[in-house]
Amino acid sequence: MRYEAPNSVEGAVALLAGATGDARVLAGGTDLLVQMRADIVDPVLIVDIKKIPETRAITEERGGWRIGAAVTGAELKEHPKLKKAWPGVIEAANLIGSTQVQGRATMGGNLCNGSPAADSVPALIAAGAVATLAGPKGKRDLPVEDVMLGPRKLALEKGEIVVSFLLPARPLRSSDAYLRFIPRTEMDIAVVGAGVSLTVDGGGIVTAARVGLGAVAARVLLVSEAAQAIVGSRLDEAAQRRLEAAAKAVCRPIDDKRGTVDFRVDVAAVLTRRAALIAYDRARSN
Amino acid sequence: MAKHHIQAHVNGDEVEFLCETEDTLLDVLRDTLHLTGSKEGCASGDCGACSVMLDGRLVCSCLVLGCEVNGGKVETIEGMAEGEELHPLQRKFLEHAALQCGICTPGVLVASKALLERNNNPTETEVRYWLAGNLCRCTGYDKIVSAVMDTAAAMRKG
Repeated sequence: MRYEAPNSVEGAVALLAGATGDARVLAGGTDLLVQMRADIVDPVLIVDIKKIPETRAITEERGGWRIGAAVTGAELKEHPKLKKAWPGVIEAANLIGSTQVQGRATMGGNLCNGSPAADSVPALIAAGAVATLAGPKGKRDLPVEDVMLGPRKLALEKGEIVVSFLLPARPLRSSDAYLRFIPRTEMDIAVVGAGVSLTVDGGGIVTAARVGLGAVAARVLLVSEAAQAIVGSRLDEAAQRRLEAAAKAVCRPIDDKRGTVDFRVDVAAVLTRRAALIAYDRARSN
Repeated sequence: MAKHHIQAHVNGDEVEFLCETEDTLLDVLRDTLHLTGSKEGCASGDCGACSVMLDGRLVCSCLVLGCEVNGGKVETIEGMAEGEELHPLQRKFLEHAALQCGICTPGVLVASKALLERNNNPTETEVRYWLAGNLCRCTGYDKIVSAVMDTAAAMRKG
């Protein structure tokens, strides 16, 4: 098993594109090392992307924020300006694993691990985040909701990596929130995760919204019907009921001991409503 | 394939070692450097028994490859006491009987030290959440939490 830690995007892409056999990108390693240990994967090549400066930086860009794919959860939490601008994204990333895991785990890895229950992904989708990819054919941008196709299936081509995410500039009175349900209080995988990002006008009317739902389908969903259900409202009772109905309507969850289909669908509605109310309060106080 | 030649600082000492790609930092610490204080509980990042500091961050050494620490700084339980002088956390753990079988203890101590270095006045909830990734099957956690809180109080008095 070969290990390489190139210091440029081009170097990483060349290694991955030229690999024969299973090549894996290593960011935080909190999923990859577990899968290697469990013999789920047995790569011939591991490309560690943490030496590439673009994957490790948090920078302001065009009024928004660019976050490197290999920035850790702990680093996100320690960035006060980013936390103020995108509290939902940061709280979602910070729900992944323990303090120890937070010291390594990254949003790039969380997305590319390809789990429908990934905590940071619904929040990134709600945020309208765009993933910047680099591959043998050059760079391209892909909305986060289009990166994952299904469990462990990504839209990335051979040799392509996620370099960073761009969280867009947003108007005044905008904010976001993420909530998940787990049977414990900490250290578990989402049974349902709901991210909501919205903008309100001076009168408290929602002018724009995005909703991301995790762990209720084969991929993390962008739920535009749920967003439409609250745009134009003050998130009153009727709007909340419409939001819940729209969230429920898209759910196609699995049924297992951690949550039945009916339970997951109900919880998706509840969490979407609560996350929307939190985002709404945050947006109004911005 | 040739082994990786890695240089790093471990508990303040410059060390060099050879490792295979698949060797974790925990494997290297225990089997190559013979620092067996860090334990392997689950080998999947769930139990925290292998907790160490890597470049100032609390991590599970079972979730880091040995070759990833080239040029890095690692701190383990072996570096916690100063010679014969126990760290205040170690003394409080003894006073409070915050350990029984001891397998989780090195990881709990390393993690607790990391917390108190950031926050010397944590609430009980903060201590419990910070240590949520350190599993203990003996104590029921209350004595661990008391020992950490008591150490913090002693540190604040100076």
